[in-house]
Amino acid sequence: MAVLKVMGITKSFDGQKIIENITLELNEGELVSLLGISGGGKTTLFNVIAGLSQPDEGKVYLDGADITGRPGQVSYMLQKDLLLPYRTIEDNVALPLLIKGMKKREARQKVSGYFDQFGLHCTQKKYPSQLSGGMKQRAALLRTYLFSERVALLDEPFSALDMLTKSRIHDWYLQIMEQIHLSTLFVTHDIDEAILLSDRICLLTGQPGRITKEIRIEEPRPRSKDFPLSERFLEYKQKVLYHLEAGT
Amino acid sequence: MKGKSPSITNKLWSCSAVLAILLFWQVITGTGMIDAFLLPSPLQVIKAFITEFPTLMEHSVITLSEAFVGLGLGIFLGFLMAVAMDQFEPLYQALYPLVILTQTVPTVAIAPLLVLWFGYEMTPKVILIVITTFFPITIGLLTGFRSSDPDAVSLLRAMGAGKRQIFFYIKLPGAMDPFFSGLRISASYAVVGAVISEWLGGFGGLGVYMTRVKKAFSFDKMFAVILLISIISLILMNGVEILQWLFMPWKRIKNDK
Repeated sequence: MAVLKVMGITKSFDGQKIIENITLELNEGELVSLLGISGGGKTTLFNVIAGLSQPDEGKVYLDGADITGRPGQVSYMLQKDLLLPYRTIEDNVALPLLIKGMKKREARQKVSGYFDQFGLHCTQKKYPSQLSGGMKQRAALLRTYLFSERVALLDEPFSALDMLTKSRIHDWYLQIMEQIHLSTLFVTHDIDEAILLSDRICLLTGQPGRITKEIRIEEPRPRSKDFPLSERFLEYKQKVLYHLEAGT
Repeated sequence: MKGKSPSITNKLWSCSAVLAILLFWQVITGTGMIDAFLLPSPLQVIKAFITEFPTLMEHSVITLSEAFVGLGLGIFLGFLMAVAMDQFEPLYQALYPLVILTQTVPTVAIAPLLVLWFGYEMTPKVILIVITTFFPITIGLLTGFRSSDPDAVSLLRAMGAGKRQIFFYIKLPGAMDPFFSGLRISASYAVVGAVISEWLGGFGGLGVYMTRVKKAFSFDKMFAVILLISIISLILMNGVEILQWLFMPWKRIKNDK
């Protein structure tokens, strides 16, 4: 069943179309990547889905309800962790609960149950400046998850990390996905990352951006660390590259 | 340990500079190169400070209470203005030039008018202090409010936060740093403002005392008051620093890293 439905979204800025007729569906527990070059309208689409900007045309549905232009329904996570430097990690992570009106004490209690699961042992009382980049992104993901356990938008969440940290966080992410079944729309320009993590990859190409191709990654879960070194992986990569070329 | 040694050497340098000046001052006044009634020696100033201490304390209570009332009201007013100007863009456009304008008016020039309008009691003094202290607070807070990360604001909006929540979760805590910088300036302005307004009339306070001893040509006492005002300002500025330390625990931690 589709959790999130994006129907025919078109959006322009200053008379220039950025994205045109974007339609995609996100099923329960699925991870769909939106792959394309930077500045190809991915962020524009995300702002529309998050309800921060109105599309010129098209609708966004969450569990069948029209949420077009209505913030407060879908949360997202960016490359920047956006953890507030003056709040401890637990208070940062609890922010979505506090915004929804939960009492501080209750929110802290709820939050604390997730710290170990997300690999954030003993960081509750720390401040963001005391955490490494990878840990901060984990905390940011937990914050996103606590906003909604159903669906999340991740906009290049790991692209600012160095290669080693990134590969480590990919392992962690594959692991956590097995546990939390968060339906995720994942924006990236990293082909390897898209193949490793996704169930489906949607290629966003051209000017204005359109979804030109959908590639299904039929690799069973849980995915192993060795998957990126396998022949199948290379075949997928070739396919993605071919269609990216064809689309531009 | 490595991080500690430069700050100690820095302090050593600044201390020796102060000592050198004092020594030079003592030498030129002590040897009679400059007559003692024109410029008392540091030792004379300290002597006057000690003998006049009870009187000085009496007057500082008056000055300090004016300063605190004025500063308190200044912070309150400055805060209200900054919040209002941040929330309503037209208000920002309308008031910003006016706020700047109030700072180009010299305090000494309006002080006599305030005395004429409001008399010799506390009111004109407090008004003057409010005028001088609200400005750094307003500007500090406004700068802080306006420099909040638009991405963080968007994220909170996407999470369904309203204007009020964005204010309390992002804007206000983000403005603490510039607010305290402003407060540090305001705290010293408050004391100086109180003294200046007392010069122009009043029944007590360090400014009144100052005009009195000046008329008696007791320059040693005059310098003793100046010394006291400096000490009070320093204490207040340090007090602000302590407040900042208490209110911004995340700043402490950064240094520990």
